[in-house]
Amino acid sequence: MDELRKRAKELLESKTISVVIGYEEGTCNRTRALFVEKPEEASKLIFDSRCVLNLATYITKQEVKAKGKMAIAATIPVMRSIIQLAYEFQVSDKNLLVLGITPESNLMEFKDLLEVETYIHKFEIEINASYREKLDKLAGMTQTERWKFWIDELSPCFKCYACRAACPMCYCHRCTVDFNQPQWIPVPSHELGNLEWHIMRAVHLMGRCIDCDGCANACPLGIPINLLNKRLLEDAKRHFGGYQPVLKGDHLMSTFKPDDKENFIR
Amino acid sequence: MADFEPKIVAFVCNWCTYAGADLTGTSRIKYATNVRIIRFPCTGRIDYMLLLKAFDEGADGIIVSGCHPNDCHYTSGNFHARRRWIMFRELCDFVGIDINRVLFSWVSAAEGSKWADVVNTTVTRIRELGPYTEYQKVAKHPIREVTNG
Repeated sequence: MDELRKRAKELLESKTISVVIGYEEGTCNRTRALFVEKPEEASKLIFDSRCVLNLATYITKQEVKAKGKMAIAATIPVMRSIIQLAYEFQVSDKNLLVLGITPESNLMEFKDLLEVETYIHKFEIEINASYREKLDKLAGMTQTERWKFWIDELSPCFKCYACRAACPMCYCHRCTVDFNQPQWIPVPSHELGNLEWHIMRAVHLMGRCIDCDGCANACPLGIPINLLNKRLLEDAKRHFGGYQPVLKGDHLMSTFKPDDKENFIR
Repeated sequence: MADFEPKIVAFVCNWCTYAGADLTGTSRIKYATNVRIIRFPCTGRIDYMLLLKAFDEGADGIIVSGCHPNDCHYTSGNFHARRRWIMFRELCDFVGIDINRVLFSWVSAAEGSKWADVVNTTVTRIRELGPYTEYQKVAKHPIREVTNG
């Protein structure tokens, strides 16, 4: 990604940008986030297929925001997250420049977020075949089998909240699980609390999750928690025609249609 | 399970279903006594976590009821609630919570007899399904007993 390095260096030298967020080589053949503040450090930036971490997680953090205007190397899922964050007034053109990375790994600089929005709308949010297979398999089970599946899957969870930390949409300063009056989610690592935590997480991300799989990648136990989000994505598609992050307009769960269809209310 | 008496928790809105349930009483319509009614300002105010908490605390069935569409006291609370229930119900189904135990309905302030019918059908249904041991087994846990005092 010479283009990206060159552009990052230029931006930092001209002082239009104070920090460039990208990826660098980490340990154990993994990549990690890099915050470039000096032009000479721009050469550390890399980009390849291992770069799956959703960098949009960092742009809502005070420590990063305080540095000044940010530029971010953004793949399509990251761009989607950025648009959703902009919709929620977490970032704006004033403090963010998007250095887009196309699926062909080319650099694509965007003038403003409006351009980013237009660009990402060319791509549908789609669930890949292996996940679809898993979803179909679960849908084919009986209710008791599904219950057993999830209790088994979630029971080892010790609530490290890595899924929350990896998610760009989980930016609340105080998360509902951190409250103890009332204590909504039991603290101990225990099936009920784990189940409730993951249900709560899925519901809070309903209509906001853009399917980057960051949560499942971050999970130290490899629990497929993103299946919950994927299922809700499917349901949103089935019931309300799906969603795409937008800068302005209606959000899936904060709006309604008088003729929303259901078949279970008496 | 002949002596099983289902515990039903009903989350209802103040303006329609609560008044409707009141009418059931004043009209002297007899209905099952298994229901514990919890009054809310609006169905839009009913948090999905409360439904889960009801199951935690040993409810065998849940009724959620409010104003008919277009009748909301706050204009659109029930429309928002409807959207949330559609999605939440799907999620519950996906994680294996028995959605047959949760009944959603619209009961207006004039529908005293409908309320009696809603409660009676729910009680009959839960009686058939039996106690919700699946959830209660998970909810009952020594650590939790300690933290709850």
